[in-house]
This record gives sequence, C-alpha cells and structure tokens, in this order.
Amino acid sequence: MRPEDLLMPTPAGLYCPWGGFHIDPVRAVDRALITHAHSDHARAGHRHVLATRETLDLMRLRYGDDFAGSAQPVGYGEIIRLDDVAVSFHPAGHVLGSAQILVEDKGMRIVASGDYKDQADPTCAPFAPVACDVFISEATFGLPVFRHGDPASQIAKLVRSLTLFPERAHLVGAYALGKAQRLIALLRAAGYEAPIYLHGALETITRYYAERFDLGELRLVRDVPKSKLAGAVVLCPPSALNDLWTRGFPDPIACFASGWMRVRARARQRGVELPLVISDHCDWDGLTRVIPATGAPEVWVTHGAEEALVHWCATQGLSARPLHLVGYGEEEGPSDTSGEADHAHPGGHA
Amino acid sequence: MNRFAELLDRLAYEHGRNAKLRLMTEFFRMTPDPERGYALAALTGALSFPHAKPGLIRALIAERTDPVLFDLSYDYVGDLSETVALMWPKPQRPAPSPRLRGEGSSARSAEQGEGRPEQAAHRASSPSPDLAHARSASPHWGEVQAAELHQGSQQAAPSLTEVVATLASLGKAELPGQIARWLDALDETGRWALLKLVTGALRVGVSARLAKTAVAALGGKDPDEIEILWPALTPPYVDLFAWVEGRTDKPLVADPAPFRPPMLSHAIEASDFAKLDPAEYVAEWKWDGIRVQAVAGLRPDGGRVARLYSRTGEDISAAFPDLVAAFAFDGALDGELLIMRGGEVQSFAVLQQRLNRKTVTPQLLAEFPAHLRAYDLLTEAGEDLRGEPLRERRGRLEAFIARLSSPRVDLSPLIPFADWDALARARENPAAAGAGIDAGAVEGVMIKRRDAPYLPGRPKGLWWKWKRDPFVVDAVLMYAQRGHGKRSSYYSDYTFGLWTAGEAGDELAPVGKAYFGFTDAELAEIDLYVRRNTVNRFGPVREVVHEPGRGLVFEVAFEGLQRSARHRSGIAMRFPRISRLRFDKQPSDADRLETLLHMLEAAERTPASGGRVLEPALARTSRRKGG
Repeated sequence: MRPEDLLMPTPAGLYCPWGGFHIDPVRAVDRALITHAHSDHARAGHRHVLATRETLDLMRLRYGDDFAGSAQPVGYGEIIRLDDVAVSFHPAGHVLGSAQILVEDKGMRIVASGDYKDQADPTCAPFAPVACDVFISEATFGLPVFRHGDPASQIAKLVRSLTLFPERAHLVGAYALGKAQRLIALLRAAGYEAPIYLHGALETITRYYAERFDLGELRLVRDVPKSKLAGAVVLCPPSALNDLWTRGFPDPIACFASGWMRVRARARQRGVELPLVISDHCDWDGLTRVIPATGAPEVWVTHGAEEALVHWCATQGLSARPLHLVGYGEEEGPSDTSGEADHAHPGGHA
Repeated sequence: MNRFAELLDRLAYEHGRNAKLRLMTEFFRMTPDPERGYALAALTGALSFPHAKPGLIRALIAERTDPVLFDLSYDYVGDLSETVALMWPKPQRPAPSPRLRGEGSSARSAEQGEGRPEQAAHRASSPSPDLAHARSASPHWGEVQAAELHQGSQQAAPSLTEVVATLASLGKAELPGQIARWLDALDETGRWALLKLVTGALRVGVSARLAKTAVAALGGKDPDEIEILWPALTPPYVDLFAWVEGRTDKPLVADPAPFRPPMLSHAIEASDFAKLDPAEYVAEWKWDGIRVQAVAGLRPDGGRVARLYSRTGEDISAAFPDLVAAFAFDGALDGELLIMRGGEVQSFAVLQQRLNRKTVTPQLLAEFPAHLRAYDLLTEAGEDLRGEPLRERRGRLEAFIARLSSPRVDLSPLIPFADWDALARARENPAAAGAGIDAGAVEGVMIKRRDAPYLPGRPKGLWWKWKRDPFVVDAVLMYAQRGHGKRSSYYSDYTFGLWTAGEAGDELAPVGKAYFGFTDAELAEIDLYVRRNTVNRFGPVREVVHEPGRGLVFEVAFEGLQRSARHRSGIAMRFPRISRLRFDKQPSDADRLETLLHMLEAAERTPASGGRVLEPALARTSRRKGG
C-alpha cells in the first residue's frame, strides 16, 4: 500500500478515503478531524467533528453552539475506528487541546501533526513524538535562522523594560488563542504578580484557560481608564497594536510575542519596539530534532518554508516532498481582527 | 559582550530620545569598568581596529552550513551579519541521545519508549488544577534534548573588553579563527552585535552626543562638561566615570583646543519688539550655513592643535582640512561654516553637496572651498572672554580677525539700523543693506544685546533670530506614520504631495515629509482623520485617502528648495512643516508640482539664492503674507 492511498491531499485538505474523513479541512465536509482550534485549522460548518474536548470547547466559544452538526470528544491516546481505519490523537504541544493525529491501517502509520512545538509550555500537554512511516510536518519556521531560544529570557526582557519604563504602558501583541495565555503563565512563573490587562478580544478564551490554570489577577482594559495603565502589561491581538485602540495609553511601547520577531526586518515592518521571540511553533532546531525522532523514512511538508525543510530532509536521507496545501497560515489579512496563529503574518511565508 | 549586545538590540528598536538615554544610563550604571568604557567608545565611534571584510564572514559561514540553506536564509533575512548570527550552528553538537537513537530507528519501537503518548495524555486530559503542577511535571522530550545540546558549549562568552583588546593586536591571519571562537560562545544577539562591531557597521541610531548625555545623567552632570573634557579622554574612560559618579575629582583638561558649548537664540515674535530698545542691540546677518566653533591652541611642547567642532561638539576637523589649516591662532571662534567661491558665499544647497561626501578628495577641496565667517570670540591666548559683554568681545574679535588676515576666515559684519522698521527693511532686502553679493546666503537677521555675556544654552532675552518669512503651498496628505516619544500613540509623521500630470490624468506626487508645526489639538484631529481614512498599510505606514474630492489639505511652510535625486518629485524642501490645516479645502484645490518647479527655476536664475525665491512676482503668490 502506498501512503497516498491512505491519506491524500485534496483542495479541501488531507482526505482519508477508507475512513471517509478530512483532517483540518478548509471547507465544510461530512466528517472532520481537527488538530487544534486555531481558525485556519478549525472551521465551522462540518457535519461531524472529532477533536479533543478542549479543541471542541474552544471552537464552541468562537463559533457558537451550532459550530458543527455533531461533535465527538476524544482523549489523547484513545483509539477510534472510522470504517476500516484506526485514528488516535496525541499531544502536539502547540496550544491547549492541540493534537497530532495518527492514522493507521494495515500496518501503515501516518501522523498529521498539525501545528506543534517541542518546547515546554505550561498551558498545554507536552509534545511527544509518535513513531510512524510518514510524518506530516508544518514548516512555519522552516529556515535555520529561526532559533526561538528560551522564552524565559524574553519574559525577563519584558520585565526589565517594565522596571526601566514604569511610566509607559507595555502593549503586548499576542495571538488570542494560546500565545496570550502562555505569556500570562510565563509572566506568573517569572514572579510577575501585578494584574495583567486584556483587550476585549482575548477575554473569552483567556477565561476558559483561567478555569484550568492559575493565571493570577486579570482585568479588562475597558473597565479602567487607559491613562491609568502606566507600567502595566496589556495584552491585545497583534492587529490592535496599530489600531485606534492604542490611543490614550501613556506613551505605549509596542511589544509583540512571535517567532517572527527573531528577524529584525519583520519586527520593524510591524513597527514593533520590543520584540519578544516566543512562538508556539517549532524553531528550526525543533523541526530537525522531531523529524528524526519519529523514525519516519518519509516526510510530507505542509505550510511554511517547505523548500528549506524538504532540502534538509534530503540531506538526511529522508524522502520528503511539499504538499502545497492551501488555506493554512493565511488567516491574518489586511483587516484581521483576531489573528492568532504564528504563521499568520502579512508577509506570507517566504 | 552579551550585555552590551542586549543594549544595542534595544537601542536599535527604540525611537524615543529619552528612552534611549534611559537605556544607556541604566547600562552604564549596571556595567563595571572597563566594559562600560569600551561600550561608550563603541557608541561614540571612538574605537579603532582593522575591520573584518564581509568576505571573511561569508567564508566562515560557508564552512559550517549547507549552501542551499544559507542562500534561502540570506534571501529571507536580507542582512549578512544578521543571517550569520542567527544560523551560526551550536558548536560541538553531541550525538543524539542513545534513548532515541537506539530505539527510534524502526518505526515501531518508539511506541514502547519513554515518550509514550498515553502518559502525556493522562496528564493533560484531567486538567491540572494549577500551574505549579504543570511546571513540576518532569522535563519533557524536547527540553531534555535541548539541554543535552547545550552542554556542548562550555566556552564563556567574551567580554567587549576582550574583543576590543584582541582586535587591536591580532594579526590578519588569526582573525577568522578568533571570530569563529567568539561566535561559538555568544548567543544570537551577541553574535549579531559582534559581527556588526567587527565589520564596522554598528548603527543603532545613537549620536556621540546622546551617549555622552547618558553618561552625564549617571551623576547629574551637565553633558557640556563632558564635551569639554572629551578630546582629552581615551577609552575606557575610567577617570570620566569615576568623576561622574562622584568618586574622584574632575579629570584635568590637558587639551589645548576644547569645545565650549554654544550660546543659542530664540525666535523673535512680532510682540517682542515693543519691549526691546533698538539702542541696546546690534544686528548681524543670519547666515544659512552650519554653526561651528573653530578652536586652536598650543600644546606644552609648542605644537599647535586646531579643531573644528559642530554645534553639538562633534569634532568635524577631518572633513574640513582646508579650513582647519587656516587656524593659525590661539583662541576659540564662534561662526558659520560656508562655501566661498570667487569671493562669493554659496547657498546652503552647495554646502550640502560637500557635507554629503564621505571622503575628502583634492577635487572636493577645490570645488567647495570651506570658509569661516566669525561672529564671536570666546577665548584668546588662554583668556576666557565669555564673561565679557558682547561689545567688548566684538572689539576683540575685529582685532583678532584683522591680525589673522586669512582669506579663509572673515568677519560677519554688523547691520547698521536706527529702529526696528529700518532693520525690517534690511531683512527684506539684504543685498541693498550691506550683504551685497552674499545676500542669497542670508536667511534672516540676528539681534544680540550689546551687554550680553556669552552664556551656554538658550538664555532668554539676549540673542534673537528673526528669520525671513517661509514659503507656503497647499499640499495633500498621502501617508502617515506613528510618531515618537509622547506622540508615539499618534500618527504624526506626514508625507504630502502636489498635483502633477500623470499617465491617467492628474495624480499626486509626494514632495516631502513634515512632523511638526501643528498643535496637540490639531494632532488629535489629524490622527483621527488618518485612522478613519486609511486605504492601505505598509508596515508602520498608513496610506491615507487622497483623491480630488476626498482627502486632507495641509498648508505646508518651508524655507527653500533644491533639486534632489532621492525624491521622486526631483525636488526637496528645506525645513517643511505644517503651518495650517485646511479642512476647508478640497484636495483638488491644492497646489501643483509645477508651482514648486517654477519657484526652483526662479531660484536657480539667481545662483547664490540657495533655493530662495527672490523674484517679487513669484514671492507674492507663494509667500505667506504678514509675519
């Protein structure tokens, strides 16, 4: 059996004909398996959805109760049979509820990893490599210049800035799902105890996280006069950094937490003054650590810098090809309002 | 080095002057000698060592990385030093851990390995009650791997002191190996800073003056005091820091030609004249050149030291050897740097052509002869005259210039006037009031109190500047960018344009940028307009609607015009600012680019005018009435 027979790229996304399901389909389908709740992977309108409980909860929060015809929660490691095919979900370490999906039939194992990272994250289950024959990997940061480093050092940089500029509001652009809550957790872990202020767009999801993790005292920007927020950490969606909303904060300093911040031109392009290199995706070292650990002799590369990663796989004696799936990492358009995944940035993937 | 690198990194992103100062002062406070002194030297451009060529850096990275991956990365990042800094591999990568290598080669076996999905699933599917729990979980797979890799790099990061000392003495052949060892030991930001430093490309938007001001702030000193000491100091400035922090006395000024902070003027308003008695003041032409200080003195061994300083105390002697050679005196002159050809002062546009050149060639010296027009004498043969009244200093200055008798240095003449009306007429027509053929280089008049001492800074009521009226055009706002400092939450930098014939009818051509001239209330109004009428975004820049029937019209005032290859319109404005908001006008009512071109051509017919429009007919249509 060829792996393409078990899982094939189609315009709607990866499709498994024997199991009759799509993974992260970009248009409405009959049966969808969802890796995580970022909106370029999790769309509303499918007839049946299979995902982790957290992913389903987050989809419900974003799209409303009727986000799908029916929804079935699945636990990590639980094996579910869909027609002839066995599927199971395994932690991807990307955001709360994120999963790699293992598809297995007649001894052929394919892992669709969605978005993932192997860096520690206090707000989700840690990534674990899953042995397979074909590993499907993203390549958002698939260039050797992306080295995320230790997020604690970036948090320390933010805290030092707060000490040095206590009269300035620190507006931190962070994707609404995952990044914002991870930042809060990292700040708390670094001993930052002051209230953290939230843009309204982060409210619902952060509240959901706060039921599961101790995020300390959180307040909404709309409940206080902006002029009183000197020296405060204010989290907002990245798009809000350039918005009318920033008016009225005391001498705001634009911070942005993203893997893109590693490259100066990218940070400048967005007018960022305090770049924080913190990402929910693997950096180059992570990608090149994880791929061999799966033991997969064949790698399919989805969205991001496919070319470099495919080239690297070839130098390692692995068979690799780009899938050219469309619709991922393109969420943040010119008028974006939520902008959440790291790979959603206006410059494209280049 | 990593700490210094962090400072540079922060400075490179920070726009605000005060924020930059705070970052530097904090660094100087927290960093011991001599490290901070070498950092100060790096920031003020006082370090000198042979720079590494980009080719050397390329060769180093080529030995260590896959060429295809390097090309893809360089393409993406666009800067060689940054690309190399980011993709420099971690040294001595150890073999992958036996756990994964031993079992992971077959697809099945990892299932029984430690990284079993089920364990992790168990932890996560029953949500942790608090973070402490999540944090206390054993370090997981990726972390262990990363930690193992880190053990490979034991070498300590070099200090800036070590880098500077080594570079000063290193042979060319040893340079590549040394740089590679440093790169192995530094983190991403450290590598970036090191590469910028060794290739001589350290630019983080900090002037020497700003760095000195940050040092002064360590001990509440006046930066001008450091300016005076500066020429006598050498890196790592241990004595300077000791004095600023109050641990020792002020270092002795051994320099025979120090800079002295200049006296500055206030712009005069129409209402000021009523309070001023013309008999108590003298007037001079305000020359459209560069304010400089010419200082010369003798060393103990009898050798002469001569220097030319900018208004901010930067030593610019190296750029003007022709002028500095004429400083055969012992004293300090305050005056204007001009270009003089055939006995005629040239416009600022001509001076700018010399200022723009990096290397001083014999041809440049011949084409653009530098000249000093002096208007004050601060010291003479060791005697400090700054406490003396102006009339006393003026007498000494006239005698001084006469004695010097140099074709390169002359005296800025006084303008005789009986009352303010007479001075106003002189200002309107400098050529007829004594400026003669140099009238084109006059940008107004200076009014100085006869009994005023020479006080550094901008004291009230002693020196006034009365500039010629600006020119104005009505232009259309095209792009806006966020400002800095207290304006940083507002769109306050504006690109504006004028109408010109395009392929598909009239279109707006950008002609300049302005970021002041408006009140805070007007700023809020413009900001709101920008945000509500954005049609496009390019990074921090917003494109604002600009159609014949929709858009915002500014009245833009400016001082002069010159041709420019850098501007799409071919014209650059001098000192443009927003003088009025014209919400009452439609963009179609705005001026045309041809209007500016006519003004420029008129100016060029009178070569010494410096881009000023002298023809009364044109001045009437384009100059703002009243004053």
